[in-house]
Amino acid sequence: MGALSFHNVTIRLGGRNVLSAASFEVEEGEFIGMLGANGAGKTTLMRAALGLIPVVSGSIAVLGQPATRGNPQIGYMPQNRGAIAGLRLTCWDVVASAAIGGRFGLVRLDKATRREIDWALDEVGALGFARRSIGELSGGERQRVLLSQALIGRPRLILLDEPLISLDPAHQKSVVETARGICDDLKIAIVFSAHELNPLVNAIDRVLYLGGGEAVIGAVDDVVNGPVLSRLYGAPIEVVRVRNRFFVMAGDVDVERDAHRHDHHHAHGAHA
Amino acid sequence: MTRIVTIIITPTAPMLEYDFMRTAFAASGIAALLSGAVGFFLVLRGQTFAGHALSHVGFTGATGAVLFGISPLAGLVGFTLVAGIGMGLFGEKLAARDVAVGMMLSLALGLGLLFLHFYTSAATQAAALLFGNVLGVDSSALLTLAVLACVGFVALAVIIRPLIFASLESELAEARGVPVRLVSVAFLAIVAVAVSECAQIVGVLLVFTLMVGPAAAAQNLSNRLLGGVALAAGLALAQAWGGLTLAYYTDWPTSFWITALSGLVYLASLVVRLRAR
Repeated sequence: MGALSFHNVTIRLGGRNVLSAASFEVEEGEFIGMLGANGAGKTTLMRAALGLIPVVSGSIAVLGQPATRGNPQIGYMPQNRGAIAGLRLTCWDVVASAAIGGRFGLVRLDKATRREIDWALDEVGALGFARRSIGELSGGERQRVLLSQALIGRPRLILLDEPLISLDPAHQKSVVETARGICDDLKIAIVFSAHELNPLVNAIDRVLYLGGGEAVIGAVDDVVNGPVLSRLYGAPIEVVRVRNRFFVMAGDVDVERDAHRHDHHHAHGAHA
Repeated sequence: MTRIVTIIITPTAPMLEYDFMRTAFAASGIAALLSGAVGFFLVLRGQTFAGHALSHVGFTGATGAVLFGISPLAGLVGFTLVAGIGMGLFGEKLAARDVAVGMMLSLALGLGLLFLHFYTSAATQAAALLFGNVLGVDSSALLTLAVLACVGFVALAVIIRPLIFASLESELAEARGVPVRLVSVAFLAIVAVAVSECAQIVGVLLVFTLMVGPAAAAQNLSNRLLGGVALAAGLALAQAWGGLTLAYYTDWPTSFWITALSGLVYLASLVVRLRAR
């Protein structure tokens, strides 16, 4: 039984097949880097696993059970759109609001829940600044706080949607290391989506590459190579490898870097 | 403290000797507590514009009710409720929401104007609706305000945790199975009740002063959640009672004093926040 299995899954969004009969399986306790161009379906795949998007055909199983909304076995960190970055609330309050946010009525934070929140913040190395406003933190610290929310409830699978967006290399490194640490300590399977393979390449167990409705999972060398990526991108792709860094080139354009820069501009535009 | 005393109003007499002042204090206190608490979430969610528009819809409801011989308070509450629920059901996309809310706002005020046009002797009524008339609240209106506030507070208590979660991280809340849409609709219905209460005190044009001012100040002063809600309610209460007191001794309009205090508190909170950096 895998942590997350897609079996012949087809998902249609806006009149386009984002996934067509895609199959793959993420093992328990495995750290997967999910890559693919913009629009290749990384967010869609996560939302489908969370039971938020219906599949046209095929089946999705999370730890052997069909995907359903509100599944406590899955921790999730949506792509950060910056709304929370402007808040003055303390990190602790933000995490607490997620921890008991599903319950109606006047719910008091009991001792066990408080301990759970402290534990989750500690696990990502954020307990030290838990009483500071989330808006005052650096991007990397903020991502770690948001990551701690995914730990509450002790899930067996965590989906992280582009946690490296708009972070500089040092902060990217800290977020990747934090995620790897969680995977090792708690034996939780993690699917970590990103635009670029390089920040992840030394941390991940396997890579899941999306493109052209397909999903290919495997060791980095077996997936990130010219023939496989040419098929996924539907265009001739050359992979240049310099020591442990990968450059995915279409003609003389680095497609991963380019996609990343593109997104960067968007993020800044949204703040303006 | 006899009936006769209430007729000879001299600013030197203690204000709580008068029935109408006691009623005014009670009414403004109830409305301020609810408005401050609800306003905190309005600011947190970035929906202050929606609150503003709801008050304008309330104006249409109140003038329409007068025209048809119903109590203006009933019209106010009924119309804002329907509009609030409608807004929650339809206004999902933020970009579209601004335009839709703006259109509704002007349409509502225009309709209100039309109703006033047909109801000829309505000049004082209009002024009271637009700028509030807390000194004119009678005991039956006070009872209605109290009951509505209780309903509003109970409803807020029921949805408060999912509301906070959905306000801070709606996508995550949705994934965790929180009925985000339902919470959003319920919240706007509560906003509608708070707006109606607030409009009785400071008028439909000035609801910002009790709903947004104290909440924004509280968010400048505190970085806690429930503490912030309590602070917003407390500041709103202080502004309402302070405004009433100042109005009593100066004979200037109560609504003016409340807006002045609201502005002052907000400015002070900005100063505190900037100095804390």
